[in-house]
Amino acid sequence: MPPDAPATLVAPAAATASAPEPLVHVRGLNVRFVSREATVHAVNGVDFDLAQNEALCILGESGSGKSVTLRALMRLNPPKKTVMSGTLRVGGQDVVAAPESAMADLRGRVVSMIFQEPMTALDPVFTIGRQIAETILRHEGTSRAEADRRALELLELVQIPSARRRLAAYPHELSGGLRQRAMIAIALSCRPKLLLADEPTTALDATVQIQILLLLRRLQQELGMGVIFVTHDLGVAGEVADRIAVMYAGRFIEEGPVGALMRGPLHPYARGLMGATVHAGLRGQRLTTIPGAPPDLRDPPRGCAFAPRCPLVGEDCLPAVPALRSPLPGRQVRCLRVEDAA
Amino acid sequence: MLLYILRRVLYAVPIALAVSLLCFLLVHIAPGDPVNAIVPADAPQAVVEQIRAEYGLDKPLPVQFGLWLLKVVQGDLGRSLATGRAVTEDLAIAVRNTLRLSLVAALIGFTFGTLLGAVAGLFRGTWVDRLAVGLAAAGVSVPHYWLGMVLVILFSVLIPALPAMGAGPGGSGDWVWDIAHMRHLVLPAITLSVIPMGIVTRTLRGIVAEIMNQDFVNTLRGKGLRRGGILLHVAKNAAPGTLAVMGLQLGYLMGGSILVETVFSWPGTGFLLNSAIFQRDIPVLQGTILVLALFFVTLNLLVDLLQTALDPRIKRA
Repeated sequence: MPPDAPATLVAPAAATASAPEPLVHVRGLNVRFVSREATVHAVNGVDFDLAQNEALCILGESGSGKSVTLRALMRLNPPKKTVMSGTLRVGGQDVVAAPESAMADLRGRVVSMIFQEPMTALDPVFTIGRQIAETILRHEGTSRAEADRRALELLELVQIPSARRRLAAYPHELSGGLRQRAMIAIALSCRPKLLLADEPTTALDATVQIQILLLLRRLQQELGMGVIFVTHDLGVAGEVADRIAVMYAGRFIEEGPVGALMRGPLHPYARGLMGATVHAGLRGQRLTTIPGAPPDLRDPPRGCAFAPRCPLVGEDCLPAVPALRSPLPGRQVRCLRVEDAA
Repeated sequence: MLLYILRRVLYAVPIALAVSLLCFLLVHIAPGDPVNAIVPADAPQAVVEQIRAEYGLDKPLPVQFGLWLLKVVQGDLGRSLATGRAVTEDLAIAVRNTLRLSLVAALIGFTFGTLLGAVAGLFRGTWVDRLAVGLAAAGVSVPHYWLGMVLVILFSVLIPALPAMGAGPGGSGDWVWDIAHMRHLVLPAITLSVIPMGIVTRTLRGIVAEIMNQDFVNTLRGKGLRRGGILLHVAKNAAPGTLAVMGLQLGYLMGGSILVETVFSWPGTGFLLNSAIFQRDIPVLQGTILVLALFFVTLNLLVDLLQTALDPRIKRA
């Protein structure tokens, strides 16, 4: 696989030395899962920056590497099997090479995560209050009483009714929506600068989904956090994000502001994705599907990973992975077929 | 919670009744006439009948059971046919001896089992894991009476470091927790501890490995908890299942040490049972089995209550 050339692609503002360090700074991130049978190239050169207070949504289908990318930001992928390379800094802290103790200090304090399954992501034999308080105790060394008081505040912040009673509840005594709110309370307990959410609403009922999304959006704005969502749900993306990145076979293949990207996706895959989903922009049109399946990441193709499924494929797509280009201001795409606007 | 405990204790009553009925019947199903054990073979029929009447053995079985149970609840287990002493007297000594032995064996077995199982579960697939699994397999597969004999040969005969039999320097005399008495405890306790050690290791290893694969462990890492903080969660999750297994093992230890107590001539319940069986000493047999069975029932009750206290998902209703 040819090395990606990040120098030519990304956010010009970051190139100047005097610019403040963004909250998240990712360049040429690779994540591979190595086992005896095979090596899976899950993430293959991801570059992006995230400013304080910005909400990015990573969109992609199962196996596109979006959850792996998210977990890489906290180095939460299974430590024994995972090989990470590239540059990855969160809040100024290097994540690729930092010792485990430094990572443990970072997790929960600077960056924290909301997991997909509120049913299984909470410890079943500890009370909700205890699970919130222990994060505070771990990072801030407050007294037990102070941590409990903060836990109560947090449950109120995430709008759990009769919060005081719920502190003593065990996860199985709460509904899925309340559990996910408790999960959010845990994630917010030490006022992190960056909140990661791995399909936070996938496991919930539709009505509960929208409540949780609105809550997250509100909290993000009130607390001034950077947020990265991972989802395969376009509706979620439109609801909560400032920017969208579309991921395919371990790469960002398109990135841009949420409105512009959803109205006019550039990459053939992104266009296929929008065409295959029910949303307002497609009223009166037939839903389409993308033929074929994503490539096997144990043996990723040398060229554009979408080429085998792409209606616009040509000879020039196959020898090398297309570089990210900026055909329109503020937009980036990894495709040779997209015409430059200028 | 108090109500729940009360209800569980009440549930245990019919179980205890059934157990005592079973004890009573088992002895009567066994072939052989107990009177033959007391009187000489050539005793006149009149004497045999008299003795039969004296011990109540001429009455129908349900009546015998009723009379026996009535005495049992008053704390009277009858008199030994062989020695004429009250069964409760002999049994009290034997139970104390067995308790001593099995508690020490449980302490050894559970400690090593917990250590090995936890380490193996946390470091699955490493050499430590393989070592622990190997030890556990050996522990549960080696016949413990054989291990007892091997230990006696090694540490009493070849290297005469520890006593081979008895519960103290003065035979079965009064127990004191001093070096001389505790030296007698070493070999039988180690012999008895290997099976619970192996079983606890295997169980805990499986439980810990399963817990480590659960999503919430990732959440804990994501909260920034260090290894110790995560271990606390793993421990509380592993406790109910492990305790259940330990409770069962403790029950087996208290009742199932006939072979080992015989090998080491340890004057406990197993030893008592063994001699009672050979002498057809029915009151001793019934009394001992009943007491052991009630131990088991009580132990199970305690484990159930503990599990409920530890795992909030077990309904208290």
